Amino acid sequence: MLLREAAATNYFNLVPWVVFFPVLGILINLLVGGRLREKMIGVIASLAVAASFAVAVLLALSLNDQHAGTIIAFMNLEWISIGDLHIDWAFRVDTLSVTMMLAVSGVGTLIHIYAIAYMHADVRHHQDPTRYRRFFVFFNLFIVMMMILVSADNYLMLFVGWEGVGLCSYLLIGFWYDKGKGGANHLDGISNALAGKKAFITNRIGDFGFLIATFLMFGAFGSLQFDTVFTKAPFASQGTILAITLFMLLGVAGKSAQLPLYVWLPDAMAGPTPVSALIHAATMVTAGVYLVARSHELYALSSQAQNIVALVGGLTALFAATIAVGQFDIKKLLAYSTISQLGFMVAAVGMGAIVAGIFHLVTHAFFKALLFLSAGSVIQGVEAGHHAMEHGSIKESKHKRGEHLNEGGEFDAQDMRNMGGLSRRMPVTFVVYLVGALALAGIFPLAGFWSKDEILAEALHLHPAVFVLLIIAAFFTAFYMTRQIWMIFFSKPRSRPAEYARENSLLLTLPLILLAVLSVFGGALNLPFWHTLTHWLDYTLAEGAKVGSFNYLVAGLSTVLALAAIALGIFLYGKRYQAQAKLPAAQRPVDPVQPYLRGAFTGIQHKWWIDEFYDWLILRRYVALSRFLSYRFEERFWHDWLHDNAIAGSFRQTAHFLAQPVDLGIIDGIANGLGTISQRFASWIRRAQNGFVRSYATWVLAGMVIILGYLILR
Amino acid sequence: MSGYGIEDLVYILPIVFLLVWALVLVLVEAFTKRPDVTMLLAAFGLLAAVTLSVIQFGTEATAFKEMLTVDGYAVFVYMLVLASGLLSLGLAYDYNRRMGWARGEYYILMLFSIAGAMLMASAANLIVVFLALELLSIPLYVMAAFVPNDASSEEAGLKYFLLGAFAGGFVLYGVALIYGATGATNLMDVVAAALGTNSPVMLLTGAALILVGLGFKVALVPFHMWTPDVYQGAPTPVTAYMAVVAKAGGFAALFRVFIAAFPSVSADLTPVIATLVVLTLVVGNVAALAQKNIKRMLAYSSISHAGFLMMAFVTYGSALYADAVTSLLFYLLAFTVTSFGSWAVVIALEKAEGKGLDFEDYAGLGKKYPMLSAAMLVFLLSFAGVPPTLGFAGKFFLFRTVLEAGYAWLAIVGVIMSLVSAFYYLRVVRFMYFEQGDPEVRSEPVLNLVTAITVVGTIFLFLFSGPLLAWASEAVLALI
Repeated sequence: MLLREAAATNYFNLVPWVVFFPVLGILINLLVGGRLREKMIGVIASLAVAASFAVAVLLALSLNDQHAGTIIAFMNLEWISIGDLHIDWAFRVDTLSVTMMLAVSGVGTLIHIYAIAYMHADVRHHQDPTRYRRFFVFFNLFIVMMMILVSADNYLMLFVGWEGVGLCSYLLIGFWYDKGKGGANHLDGISNALAGKKAFITNRIGDFGFLIATFLMFGAFGSLQFDTVFTKAPFASQGTILAITLFMLLGVAGKSAQLPLYVWLPDAMAGPTPVSALIHAATMVTAGVYLVARSHELYALSSQAQNIVALVGGLTALFAATIAVGQFDIKKLLAYSTISQLGFMVAAVGMGAIVAGIFHLVTHAFFKALLFLSAGSVIQGVEAGHHAMEHGSIKESKHKRGEHLNEGGEFDAQDMRNMGGLSRRMPVTFVVYLVGALALAGIFPLAGFWSKDEILAEALHLHPAVFVLLIIAAFFTAFYMTRQIWMIFFSKPRSRPAEYARENSLLLTLPLILLAVLSVFGGALNLPFWHTLTHWLDYTLAEGAKVGSFNYLVAGLSTVLALAAIALGIFLYGKRYQAQAKLPAAQRPVDPVQPYLRGAFTGIQHKWWIDEFYDWLILRRYVALSRFLSYRFEERFWHDWLHDNAIAGSFRQTAHFLAQPVDLGIIDGIANGLGTISQRFASWIRRAQNGFVRSYATWVLAGMVIILGYLILR
Repeated sequence: MSGYGIEDLVYILPIVFLLVWALVLVLVEAFTKRPDVTMLLAAFGLLAAVTLSVIQFGTEATAFKEMLTVDGYAVFVYMLVLASGLLSLGLAYDYNRRMGWARGEYYILMLFSIAGAMLMASAANLIVVFLALELLSIPLYVMAAFVPNDASSEEAGLKYFLLGAFAGGFVLYGVALIYGATGATNLMDVVAAALGTNSPVMLLTGAALILVGLGFKVALVPFHMWTPDVYQGAPTPVTAYMAVVAKAGGFAALFRVFIAAFPSVSADLTPVIATLVVLTLVVGNVAALAQKNIKRMLAYSSISHAGFLMMAFVTYGSALYADAVTSLLFYLLAFTVTSFGSWAVVIALEKAEGKGLDFEDYAGLGKKYPMLSAAMLVFLLSFAGVPPTLGFAGKFFLFRTVLEAGYAWLAIVGVIMSLVSAFYYLRVVRFMYFEQGDPEVRSEPVLNLVTAITVVGTIFLFLFSGPLLAWASEAVLALI
């Protein structure tokens, strides 16, 4: 009760510390990190995030008593004041932002702890201890920016965080900027850097939309503060609202990897696995969902906008789910799964089912972080096996071993075709992975079941077309997760490294176990009939949160579909996969599902050629335009013709004309003439300067006479 | 004519002190025959006069029945000529000993002459102007002929004396005519009487004659013919001294007389003055182009600077006269510092019997004596009016005044002529830095000190040209 009483006086003033603690972590690591032991750097960074989490918990306790929340202007700081634009650096504490803070810092803390163990291998591998510090500084910076994003009280401050997380994403995707062999361009060692660049540029397109939306808001409402905007919005024209919301949707599509801007996220898997888990699965990519939820009062004003957002989400959910079926890279599959799940959330918030969207956001943070981290554990296990093998007694030709190599011709520890049978060698990882997969597939009573069902129930009620898209996507979800589980953990190892794979240390698996627990019980946040989260968020969302009734029909249908998908998956990837593996290479299908899908599988495998399409539609045109501008326009026209011929040429001709007849003839004539004249003049003066006092006196006299003559006769 | 009191002497104490001190030194020299002692005592006297002048800052008074005026303008010129005297002593000390004619009389004559220059700045009566002019000039004649058994020095002295006497006659005749026209010799009375005159021909003639006489002293064309011969023939420290002090004194008197006494005829005289300016600039600069001897070159250069100084004069009758005087004083300061510096370098290179004075003798100086040639470079740039030197600031303020007075064409002539001047100044630079040679320089401490002071002054004072200009303009405020 003590804590409750203390909370009554509220901890709201602590809110800047959710940002400051990670800042503190950065400062410590920057200043003294060079002298600390490797583990200490990670511990400091993790503690900083944990402290941030603690602050978020205190804020939540306070909110429990004072539901309305508050706005804390940091040190009454007036951030920008230009003309009519007044923006304070203010933190918003309400149930929505604190929910986000809890998710970000909570999952963030676990992933930080995981990273302490995970990144150790990287340091050992590169013999470069400074990398460790760099990683954790970026990681903490990400938390800082994410906290700014979710705690912002106006769109501009939110944008600062929005850009900040984008920067961190870029920095961390390219963390191994010197790695990444081959790749689409067959360029050595820069494909990771290119992946970072792709993410950054794609996000810039989205940010452009967000910025335009911001400008429109300022133009229409004269403010960027949330409450002011929402108060004035009902009086704005329908067109204005539509423009603002759709431009904002462009930003959402960029950040949350929705159609048509999702293409960066699969490539972003080039970053270290903790980065994929924290930034590209659990938190940053959900910023778009948060933005729509935060702006739901704007979207609520335009059914058209809501419609479009929901459709974008639904289509993305289905589209990405199909691609996930054809992936062999353990992380890429999860990436497409993330895109698909983000589609669920965006569809939910788009329809106006804000609570369902946020609920799924939180549970997804749990189980997708879990899946990514477990995938990292699998990768490290297989790499450890590969390492042991390479340095052990067994020496075989790589091709003879039947391994799938990456584009650089090296053993690919992320290719699921190189795995199999890992459940015995990595039992802990197997169990938690299974939990995550079941949660994602939406199996009762795991977290994913409740949140996904809420979205589906709302969709059936609000937007039947999207419901159809989502329920098909849900079927695919269960299917590709079954495929993944079976390919990784069941049957026999398909490569020698998989045979030697090792379970990881407790430091690495402990966060996994905790996340698994959360994945199991996370659904308790918003069980039907209790609706804890709905009531909690209702304080902020007001009319936005409607208590949906639990739909037994939807729940049953989705469960049946999920189970069917799982059964199908087991059928295809169990015995049949093993049987196919014995076939000669020529007759062996690429994937057990390929014979059934035929051409469609090729499409799936190639991600529906979207990257190629963009390459053709945008990149080639863009490069062609650049070439045209640089070569034809700049070089040929501007430089060669205009400058060299037209300007420089005519200048040369003019100069020649001026030099030859004018300068040599006239000017030099004058100059030489002047020289001659002045020489004559000087010698005349010299002659006059004859040294005789009498002639000098005569000059004086003459001068005087002339002066007097002038004065008198004038 | 009674009623002179002790306070009259107090008002002009720096001049009185200097004269008395010079008389004392005559006795000291007669009994000791120690030129070093005389020189040190003369330096002490100059310093004491500087101190007395400093005390007189801010004094506004007339003495001896308005025949003398002590004001900011006068004190500025006092300071300038006293400083020139100190620098001249520095130039002469080592030089005279090196050349073997160290005599104490030299310094005593200089003190008298300085007193004359100071008197010229204070003179408020035409008779006093003439007396001061003679007091300034007569010691100079002797100093120019100071080298014993040297024909060129004697020739210089004699020429200077004959022509100076001739010009002095013009001044005296002019004074007489003005007295005839106005019945007065005091400037205040002259201006009062001039306003009532119907036919100013006699006044105009008198003013023109004074202009000619003083124009001779400051070497305006066509009254300049003595300058190259005398400057070349006289001992170099004397040349340096008269190039500055005679000019300072001449211009000081010219300005005060014309502004105070002849504003009524300024419209008639302005075309004459402008013509003299153009003539002086053109002849001085063009003739300097043809010179191969550095003393002659600097002589023509000093003629051209007289033209620049005179440029300020065209506006003397307008409301801008205060600006004109300010820029004149500032230019005079710049010319003084730069001129002494350049003469110091000339003296450092000069050898017995007029050797070491051709441009060729400066070849290779840059390599062998980098400090000395760098100093010379600074002085030449300052002469040519290139920043960051005092000479640039001087020309800048001068041309600005002329432009504001509406004489744009004159300013353009001035700019063109300073371009021409750059040609012969930089020719010396070419010899110093781009020609092969092996010059000999004897390092003499006092001379080095003078060089150092002037080179620092040329650059350092440029940085403080704002405050200096403010001081000069304050000096002018109570001119009338």
